[in-house]
Amino acid sequence: MTIEIARHWRLKSQRYGLVGEECPVCGGKIFPPRDVCPHCAEEAGPAYQFSGKGEVYSHTTIFNAPEGFEDQVPYTVALVKLEEGPMITAQLTDVDTDDVKIGMPVEMVTRKLSQQGDEGLIVYGYKFRPQLATAA
Amino acid sequence: MRDVSIIGIGQTPVGEQWDTGLRHLAYHALRDAMIDAGVERVDALYVGNMLSGEISAQAHLGALIADFAGMRGIEAIKVEAACASGAAAVRQGLIGVASGMQDVVAVVGVEKMTDNIGSKVTAGLAEAADADYETVHGISFVGLNALVMRRYMYEYGLKHEDFAAFSVNAHANGANNPNAMFRSPITEKTFLNAGMVADPISLFDASPMCDGAAAVILCPTDLAKQFTGNSVRIAASTIATDSVAIHDRKNPIWLQAAEDSARQAYKLSGYTPADIDFFELHDAFTIMSALSLEACGFAEPGQGTRLAKDGEITLSGKIPISTMGGLKSRGHPVGATGVYQIVESVLQLRGDAGENQIPNARVGMAQNIGGSGATIVTHILERNN
Repeated sequence: MTIEIARHWRLKSQRYGLVGEECPVCGGKIFPPRDVCPHCAEEAGPAYQFSGKGEVYSHTTIFNAPEGFEDQVPYTVALVKLEEGPMITAQLTDVDTDDVKIGMPVEMVTRKLSQQGDEGLIVYGYKFRPQLATAA
Repeated sequence: MRDVSIIGIGQTPVGEQWDTGLRHLAYHALRDAMIDAGVERVDALYVGNMLSGEISAQAHLGALIADFAGMRGIEAIKVEAACASGAAAVRQGLIGVASGMQDVVAVVGVEKMTDNIGSKVTAGLAEAADADYETVHGISFVGLNALVMRRYMYEYGLKHEDFAAFSVNAHANGANNPNAMFRSPITEKTFLNAGMVADPISLFDASPMCDGAAAVILCPTDLAKQFTGNSVRIAASTIATDSVAIHDRKNPIWLQAAEDSARQAYKLSGYTPADIDFFELHDAFTIMSALSLEACGFAEPGQGTRLAKDGEITLSGKIPISTMGGLKSRGHPVGATGVYQIVESVLQLRGDAGENQIPNARVGMAQNIGGSGATIVTHILERNN
């Protein structure tokens, strides 16, 4: 068991709120925040709030989990293409494995990612669920 | 810059080596390589390994293995590039010799995966991925490759059975390799009936956890004749990187670092894909075999599995791969694999590959992949005689 409080604390605005960056030079949307813009190699810019909307680019269901995730098996992880452009990796939630399809519209929610035993750190972050239909 | 050749090779059998610890595996491979080369001492030792810290609570392998291999005092360091550690260590050894700063260099790749429980090893392997943006979500290393495989199948309209030929070929060749972990041929039916690990990757798409060590001895090509008449020249040694996280790649289903390092290797060696007699590619997963063949110019994008289904990857095909079993059947002791690929290439080029011998093998390529494609090391090797 490892408790990396400082490391997870540093990343909380990304993890809880999907806050990335917008490059002041090329306008590219960046997630997660970086020191250098991956599009134009200039220094990265001000904070940018992503909408949380995206679609499933690929997905898989994990049966053999790494340490710390064994009690969640089976769970589905996906590559999600955010509507602003960047792609991220995240678990899917509130959905049956069999219903997951490439192209499915999803939206970000904040969920518990992992917990290290009864006395360890609880890590929260983003997961994605199917976009809920809204009432007209 | 001096030209570099391989004058000696050594390897341990790959498997679950309950009786042999990490430092002993490394010693056996090094000893055999030095005997093969006819050298009693070396100027430097480079150790390729990924997981010793995570699995065995042991870092500092350069000094440790130098001491236990009877080389206490020499220059020695560990080289790490995830699953490409082995070939990366060979490259560091080559740079040492090519620069003129070292004359005779030993490189050993060693991995001891069976000393700890499965979930711990799985967590260790996942360190090849991006800790903050991939691993934190519980995606295993197999899972990452599954994401790539599913998208690839989706874009090219492929089915799981289209990948069977990679595993069947690997096992057919491994059956004739006395050092291979798995030595039974399999059928397409075995492949199709295997259980899922992270869909669409099944047990027979994936290489095994295991132990092993392989070593090479390098020296300047001009000196090689003093040691052996059987030396093999390293015609090119290149490394390229890409983003660690798959989601940051320009094209998640293309191995850009394989294309980059292969292109540079072709340029340095003067060879083209048509000149390559065999390709020890990084078949950690069947999807990696398909993508490697494409990125290195042996198949068009999306056509990697076609090459396999047409039988072109077998020993008698246009581009034989995994000639001694590959990662799938010979095994994948991660930090050692890159050196096994080069040792097996040397066996082919010397004419010592036994039943798996490619007739008149003159030029071979070995490619070692770190992570899901973030570090890719390419070596092109050719006979000196």
